[in-house]
Amino acid sequence: MPSPLRLTVRRSPTPDTDGVATLVTLRVPSDVACIEEAVDLVTRHCLAGQHAWERTRFRLQVVLSEALSNAVMRGNCEDCGKWVDVRAELLPDTIRLFVTDQGPGFDPSAVPEPIRPEQLDEAGGRGLYLIRKLVDAVQFNEQGNSICMILRRP
Amino acid sequence: MGFNQTKDPSGVAVVQVEGQLIVGNRQELKELVQAALDSGERRILIDFSRTGYIDSSGLGALVSISKRIREMGGELRLSGLNEDLRSLFELTKLDTLFAIAETPQQALTSF
Repeated sequence: MPSPLRLTVRRSPTPDTDGVATLVTLRVPSDVACIEEAVDLVTRHCLAGQHAWERTRFRLQVVLSEALSNAVMRGNCEDCGKWVDVRAELLPDTIRLFVTDQGPGFDPSAVPEPIRPEQLDEAGGRGLYLIRKLVDAVQFNEQGNSICMILRRP
Repeated sequence: MGFNQTKDPSGVAVVQVEGQLIVGNRQELKELVQAALDSGERRILIDFSRTGYIDSSGLGALVSISKRIREMGGELRLSGLNEDLRSLFELTKLDTLFAIAETPQQALTSF
């Protein structure tokens, strides 16, 4: 059975005018069963031949899994008629990872930090916190349905 | 990706997480541990020596499993976390919630 994920990869011998040398895009159905394959595809194509980036592999996998999980479950409410778009831009010293869903968006400033002692026993609420801790910068679009996670080369 | 359950000669139920523990398979782990509890197991070790990465849903599943085991009068140990995996527990302060041993052998002797 063919994969339901749609991948494109563009590699340029020299970075484009925005400094992007490799561009990976992936369209993912709103199905949690697709998340692991999506993470694997994006990570593999981003880091292919990029030995200097190897130490970011784990962080990249975790934050991508988190962002996809949020987009599929909360953004798109697992609606199989909706997609999540991933766009990974590899620049000489930075990876920019965009994950965009088709939901109404949310207010990231309203999400509480989940590390207070009384919250440790809660099963949920750690996703955005982990993303913020694992990447160098996080930005959202105005609507709140697209996250941009920035990782700098170690 | 999957879970491998064995029983140590000391009587501890050992669950090995092979691959990832993420939103797509966390329910399977919860059900596996519940089945072990239902069959009378009370000492459970979850080992991550062969785990790639864990997301917050996976961490949340471990919190739920820990609560369930406590409710049933059992004990849970975690082991085999490499530096990256351990950092997730430290960042979320979950290292204070779980009994974490470096190796499965150390975990088994700590029950």
